[in-house]
Amino acid sequence: MLNVSEIRKDFPMLNNKKMGNYPLIYLDNAATTFKPDCVIDTVVNYYKNYSCNIHRGDYELSYQISDEYDKTRKVVANFINSEDKEVVFTSGASESLNLIAYGYGMNNLTKGDVILTCEAEHASNILPWFKVAEKTGATIEYIPLQNDGVLSIENFKKAMHSNVKVVTLAHISNVLGYVNPIKEITKIAHEYNAIVICDGAQSVPHVKVDVKYLDIDFLAFSGHKMCAATGVGIMYGKYDLLNAMEPFMLGGGSNARFDMCGNIQLKNAPFKFESGTPAIEAVLSIGAAVKYLEKIGMDNIEEYELELKKYAISKIEKLENIICYNSLAETGIITFNVKDVFAQDAACYLNSKGIAVRAGNHCAKILMNTLNTSETIRASFYFYNTYEEVDFFVETLKEVTVENCINILF
Amino acid sequence: MSQYLKDPMFLRQIIMDHYQYPRNHELVNENDEFQLHMASESCIDDITVEIKVEDNKIVHTGFDGVACTIATSSTSIMSELILNKSLDEAVLIINNYLDMVSEKEYDEDMLEEAIAFSTVSKQANRIKCATIGIDGFLKLIEKEIAK
Repeated sequence: MLNVSEIRKDFPMLNNKKMGNYPLIYLDNAATTFKPDCVIDTVVNYYKNYSCNIHRGDYELSYQISDEYDKTRKVVANFINSEDKEVVFTSGASESLNLIAYGYGMNNLTKGDVILTCEAEHASNILPWFKVAEKTGATIEYIPLQNDGVLSIENFKKAMHSNVKVVTLAHISNVLGYVNPIKEITKIAHEYNAIVICDGAQSVPHVKVDVKYLDIDFLAFSGHKMCAATGVGIMYGKYDLLNAMEPFMLGGGSNARFDMCGNIQLKNAPFKFESGTPAIEAVLSIGAAVKYLEKIGMDNIEEYELELKKYAISKIEKLENIICYNSLAETGIITFNVKDVFAQDAACYLNSKGIAVRAGNHCAKILMNTLNTSETIRASFYFYNTYEEVDFFVETLKEVTVENCINILF
Repeated sequence: MSQYLKDPMFLRQIIMDHYQYPRNHELVNENDEFQLHMASESCIDDITVEIKVEDNKIVHTGFDGVACTIATSSTSIMSELILNKSLDEAVLIINNYLDMVSEKEYDEDMLEEAIAFSTVSKQANRIKCATIGIDGFLKLIEKEIAK
């Protein structure tokens, strides 16, 4: 069991921070997460005590920080159960997903091939594939979702066929928080010789993700959604797939040799994908964040967030003015609306009471078709949220009316 | 200026009324020339506004879309304020309104019900909501003037 009050002491943002005149209750963890001292210290320590580039200098400081940088790759690889060389540092999940689409999709798909996805995907996992389809002549097909927005394995099976070369899906949907059955999906996709790309932005920070157990071909995730700094993310790929990929950026660091005739000899993966000076302090911070999460335990985090979500749902279901769209999703994301109140108005009212949530059309298509609404409010938990915060959140939800939303202007 | 417009209770009612019963809440022009789609980059407001101009005078205003209380009611109020005004008068009213919401000097007599948004700048994240439709009207009017 988690000792949340002790954990909260590690986070400067969770100690006496106010928003307006109220204690801050941060429920936008699907967007980004707060940083514990160990992560902040790692970033500051780099600038105060190293501040040198990696892999370049024949001097001690550069060597030391290069060593720390390389060790971070090992820490991340261990966290997702991959080989070190299968971990590529990027700027975030969006770059990772773009790199997979441009680096793998663009070079390995042709006319007649099918990219299979669903309507609930985040823009960064679908827009790059629009471009791949446009350039290669491949087409995109969508797995139909159930009425409640769930992607069932039965619907996946029906949508799968021998022309599908790429299946690209979120592990956990950022809209409704459902966990997709990735293990079953990879098994079936591999029988058709298709590869499976998994957007882990909402899963890796919250549940144990083992790329070998799930047999995922590519995995993308961001550091900042799991307590690390912004500006760093991971692209994991099975090594033979990384070798079948082209980098979409070239420059220093990725090449071993080149000559005036235009011959380029790239380094091996993962280095061929890492041109230019990376966000060194951010990469180091993801190492600190992973160690921090492992100390708490990913199983404990998953269990606690689910309990907290169930507790919140049990209270929210009693409120007559709330429509909840994903009561059964087994992660810490609650998607809802206040009856007769526009999502952004309600979110602004919550803001006036110190509560941070996100209003938006997180994925217009699924929401319009499946939920019959164009906008929703999303509250998303992390392991540092408390039962008391949920209580105040629910009490505040009772007060959300159009009148009260207008009153905050005066 | 009417004393009513200094009473917060009354101002709230104005916003509520224009949100629940938005005026000119209809698009009639098929012609893109007189319409402008305004989608906020920072929030989910999504409004289309339109005007019709005859002899340098705004003879029709309209809007539609999906938007919050502030965006809907401010656009509704402005759609009434600039109706039957000359293009120059309308620009003056709108610029005066924009000065108000950005906490600059302004002439409150010119703004009538739009005065309800004089405190919107207290919620910095809502300024965009209070201006999205109105910016749209201004762009359309400027386009007419440039003709």
